Formats: sequence, structure tokens, C-alpha cells
Amino acid sequence: MQGEAENLGAQALAPGTEVGGYRIARAVHEGGMARLYAVAPLAGGPPVFPLLMKIPKLGFGSHPGCLVGFEVEQMILGRLKGPHVPRLVASGDQNGTPWLVMERIEGGRFVDAVARAPLDAAEVARLVGAVAAAAHDLHRQHTIHLDLKPENILFREDGTAVLVDFGIARHAELPDLVEEELHVPVGSGASIAPEQLQGRRSDPRSDLFALGVIAYQLATGRLPFGAPATGGAMRRRRYIDPLPPRALRPDLPGWLQEVILRCLEVHPEARYATAAQLAHDLAHPEQIPLTQRAERLHRAGPLVVARRWLRGLHEPIRTAATPSRHLSGAPHVMAAIDLDDRNDALAKAMRSTLRRARLAEPDLRITLLAVLQPLTFGEDAATEVAHSQQTAALVALRHWARPLGLPADKLRIHVAEGNDPAGALLEYAAAHHADRIVVGARGHSVLRRYLGSVSARVVAEAPCSVHVVRPNENNP
Amino acid sequence: MRIALLADIHSNLEALQACLAHARRESVERYVFLGDLLGYGADPVACLDLVAELVEQGAPAVLGNHDAACLEGDLQDMGHHARDAIYWTRKRLGPRERDFLAGLPLAVAEEDRLYVHASADRPEAWTYITGAKDAAAAFAATSARVVFIGHVHSSLVYFSTPGGTPRAFQPVAGVPIPLSDYRRWLIIVGSVGQPRDGNPAACYAVHDSVSGTFTHFRVPYDAHAAARKIRAAGLPERLAWRLTVGQ
Repeated sequence: MQGEAENLGAQALAPGTEVGGYRIARAVHEGGMARLYAVAPLAGGPPVFPLLMKIPKLGFGSHPGCLVGFEVEQMILGRLKGPHVPRLVASGDQNGTPWLVMERIEGGRFVDAVARAPLDAAEVARLVGAVAAAAHDLHRQHTIHLDLKPENILFREDGTAVLVDFGIARHAELPDLVEEELHVPVGSGASIAPEQLQGRRSDPRSDLFALGVIAYQLATGRLPFGAPATGGAMRRRRYIDPLPPRALRPDLPGWLQEVILRCLEVHPEARYATAAQLAHDLAHPEQIPLTQRAERLHRAGPLVVARRWLRGLHEPIRTAATPSRHLSGAPHVMAAIDLDDRNDALAKAMRSTLRRARLAEPDLRITLLAVLQPLTFGEDAATEVAHSQQTAALVALRHWARPLGLPADKLRIHVAEGNDPAGALLEYAAAHHADRIVVGARGHSVLRRYLGSVSARVVAEAPCSVHVVRPNENNP
Repeated sequence: MRIALLADIHSNLEALQACLAHARRESVERYVFLGDLLGYGADPVACLDLVAELVEQGAPAVLGNHDAACLEGDLQDMGHHARDAIYWTRKRLGPRERDFLAGLPLAVAEEDRLYVHASADRPEAWTYITGAKDAAAAFAATSARVVFIGHVHSSLVYFSTPGGTPRAFQPVAGVPIPLSDYRRWLIIVGSVGQPRDGNPAACYAVHDSVSGTFTHFRVPYDAHAAARKIRAAGLPERLAWRLTVGQ
């Protein structure tokens, strides 16, 4: 090796350069902290998926955070699995400069969507929903990204969002190597959450704040808090509201403003409890309960700001201790309701199960789901009848839920259609990150012997836990 | 290589056997004993036999303050329960056991690692690492990148930072921690024979020197059996009770 090539990170590497068993094909991107290269392995034939090599910029005058960010990324990426993160392939060190090789994501870039903003509500919901699903998957793996922004989001060919750059991420079960210096906030000025400005790096809802910033930007073409560079300027978001999106775009639906402003709440407990709940709402906007957030057209006045500022002096922002602790209190519980069933004892037992869940898991969301048989007669008439059947089912589900006394925000209802109730339940559970399915056991009916049991198939194939409720007939 | 680190066995044969069996299942190839083989428990000779056999096969072992006390000294700075146990243990050690203890070094260096009972900074002073300042002193006293110690009886990891003050991290049992090459690590291994963090399960750790990770494990064992032996030996009741509650 030549002497001047000793520091890998000092300058851009030429195509053909070999690093740690890989050959550099071309430079892909040069960011503030690192350079990215498309690479191919020297041995073993072409890889199954395209590869990217990341090398921190280390040289005279480089940011001291470079190496720490790199260490953190290498450590955390090595622990993460699934479609929402690039796969880590290899990592190493050459003369003191680390490198890592990961999967190159080539489907698309989130920044291209931002460049087209303002976008219509449906597209905002689709894009933000995809990123929320990715964030939830991360949170389930004890990890908080803490720097979600358009530059750090890519897409696979099928539209799955992939989160990249874990340089300031936090894994609850690994040491936090990120340097805490109170006068230099760790994060991006545009999207850093108020609790991060207080050095709190343990609450998954910090990522929901950043998702709110992204949604705001897609919906209005503007950043809700600008892009301040100093800690003092960033801290203003604790007291001063963003301009409501509908003040900029009056045509935006109320539900989108409701969602965005809820994500941007100063206190994490006022935001969505989980990214899964956010994604679920964006998939079913017609069910979002609207509060005064949806109607707001002005920022709060100076008096309110002053009061918040005063309160902020002695009122810390409460945060969760770890992502898993928080998520365990905020599951998505899906209850399958058979509206044709006249078994009152079963309905009572199901409700009592859901009541207990609500006590143990205060931030839960319950979705009641019924499956209707599709109609088979004449086309035009069928549409109309199906519609009224749907409406009747929705009304019946609401009626079923009434004794639970759930606040509007904790309850969603859904009517699916199909000849395969178990299949419909399973599909919904997978699409909406259900943590538990509650399903009633049927009695010993003749029908059941012929049709097989829905609950048995749900138990066998569910992507989550299943609670089969059977009323205790001896002790009614 | 997978290296098992066992600290503060304290004559607890049941806990030692459980940890060694667990380590075999974890494909451990090398054992390191971080001191305090003796004291508190009722099985000093049986524990020494097990350890001496592994030491003969090349396992490093360092001296702990309780081991040193079993050899000599007036025990002025020990608690009275600990002191009672040391006097009791002294009577049970023959020349073979005493020679083995007398041959233990205060610290062993191996590749980029240092094994020591209390602190790399003046090991014979038996300093407790109770904060970042003690951790910094331990780092300053050695050039080893990773320092493994015991003495504290509950697991904690300190890592060096560019700012200079080491930071602490509470490891999660069973979760491997990558020991980044760009930092130094001071790893306090919890106690095999007398855990004090409210969990009575025995504690030991495995360091994988190839993947550069460290994992600590909690191993349930029959603490009541160990406690019964302590009572039968006429040792203080508190030493029996604390094993069953992990205090």
C-alpha cells in the first residue's frame, strides 16, 4: 500500500481502489460526515444484492462526531433485522479508518417526494404511513432512530420504506456512545424533538415528532420550525406552535392536520402512542377522531406562549425509559367479532378480556373487526345492498363496543369482506402491526364441524399472540 | 476464542458448578478467574479443587482480597460476618490449598486484556470501582484496551469517551455488547457465588475475542442448598439468607 493512501477517509477514493476485500466501482454520495461508494466483492462472484461501502471522512479538521457516529451505526445496524433497514454485510478497519459494507437500496429516495411538495393528502398519508411502519419495526427492535428526515429515508422497489444513517440512533440494550453535551444538541435542527433537546434519548415517540415534521413538509412544502442551527433557536419549539398546515393550505382535510399536529405535540404522551397507531390512522383516515387540532388556523398567542415558557422552567418533559417498556403498554389489540353470533356469554367474556387489557396496557388501541360474506346476486343491486350491509355492521360494532366505555381515540372499527374470515383477520393483523388478536372460541355446533374453526386457523397462522376467549359456562 | 470470566465465587460450589455447566453449553474454550474464590460460603476446598484443575490446564486466575485474607492478616477492615467466614475457612485449608492461593498473581495481562480483581490502579489496595472517577483511574493505570474485574458483585460496563470521563452502562443479561475497537472498556463482572443486585441467580460473563463482544449471563442454581450448607457449617445466618434473595 502506498504511503499517501493510508488514510481512507481523507479524500475520495478512485474507482478500482481495493478496501477490505471489496473493489470500489464508483462514488455514490458525499455527505458531511462520510462518503458512500458502490462496491463489488473481490472474490466469490457477484453479490445477491447491490452493495454500498461507507467510509467516514477522517482527516485534518474533520468533525470529531464522525467516528462516534460510525461506531454507533456499525454497532446498531449489526443488531437490526427486517426489510426496513439495509442489511449490514461486513465491517472492518484499514490503518485506523473504519469502513462498512451494507446493502445498497435502489428503489427511490424520499427527498424526491419532498421536492414535489406540497402533495395531496392521500399521497402524504401513503408516504408517511410507509415511514411510520418502518419506524415501528425499529422500535420493536429496542431501537430509536432519533434523526428521521427525508435524507435518511429510501424506498425498496415495492415501496417499503428503508431507514438509513444510524449515526445518532439509540439501542436500549447497548451502550449509548453518542456524546451528551448539553450546549450542542444531538440531532437535526429541523426535526429534533423537544425531549431530545433535553438530552433524553430513550423515547420512541421522539421519532413520531420527526415524522410529524416530515408530514408537515410534504403537506405544505415548508418546515414547521424552520431549520435552526443553535440549541437556543431549536428550543423555541417547546413554546411556539408551528403554523397549522391548513393556514398554509386551506384545502387540506382536517384529519391530516389532526395527525400532523398530534405528532408535533411537545409532550410525548400527547403524541401517538406508537408509530403503528399513526400508520393505522393514515391507512384509515375516515376513522380519525377530530379534535380542535383539526380546526386550528392560528398559532397560540403570546400569552399562551409566555405561560408555556414559565411552566417549562420547572416542568420537565416526561419520557419513556426504553422503547420496549413503552411499547409493552401500547399494543394494538384486534378483536374479531362475529355479529351473527347470539352467544351473549361469549360477548361478555370478550369484553371483559378487553377491559382487563385496557387496565394493564393504558396506551393500547383496540380494533374491532367483523368479516362480512360477500353478496352474490345482481351487480347494481349488490353494491347498494353491500353498502347498507357495511353500514349496519359498523353500527353494530360500535354498539358492541359501547359497554367498554373506550375513549374515541383508543377504538377503531373495521368491516372486512370475504368468504374466508380467518384469512381476512390474519391479513389485517399483519398489515396493521397487531400485537394480539382476541378471538372467541365457538361452541360445539354442527356448523363448526363442517366449516372448521376460525380461531384454530388464526391461532396457527397469526403473526402475533392470540387470545382465544371461551366463556366459563359452569360459572356464568 | 470464547472466554468465560468468573468472579467472586466465594466458596459457593453449587453456583460455580452451574456457571461452569452453562459455560460449556456456551462453547467456552478458556476460563478466567477474577479473584475471591473463597470466603462467605461453605465449600472452600471443593471450589479450589475445581478452579485449580482448570488453572493447571492454563486458565488464568488472580488473587482477591478474601483469598489473601485466608492466607494471613488481622482482617481489621473486614465486616464481622466476612471475618467469621475467613477464620472458618482458614481452618479448612491444607498446605496444598494455601500454596495454590499464595501462587496467585494480582493481575494477568493477555493480548489487549487485563484481568484483575478490584482495580487496575494499585490492585493490592482492593479499591471498589464506584464511579467514573475510579474507572478513569483504572484506565490510567494500564495500557490494556479491555480490563475485566470483579469485587463489586454486580455487573456494570464502563467505556472511555473522547471527552475523557468514562461512562457507565448497565448490561442486559444475554445480550452481547460489541466492544468497539475505538474505545477502552472496563468490565465489572457480577458475582458467581454471592450476587447482590436483588437477583439470586449466579452471574458470569463470556468474552468472544473474535467477534469482540461481551455477554453476561444469569444462571439459576440451587441457592437454598448452598444456604443450608452455610447453616450446617455454623457460619452466620445472614450469609445463608443473602444467597436466597441475592443481597
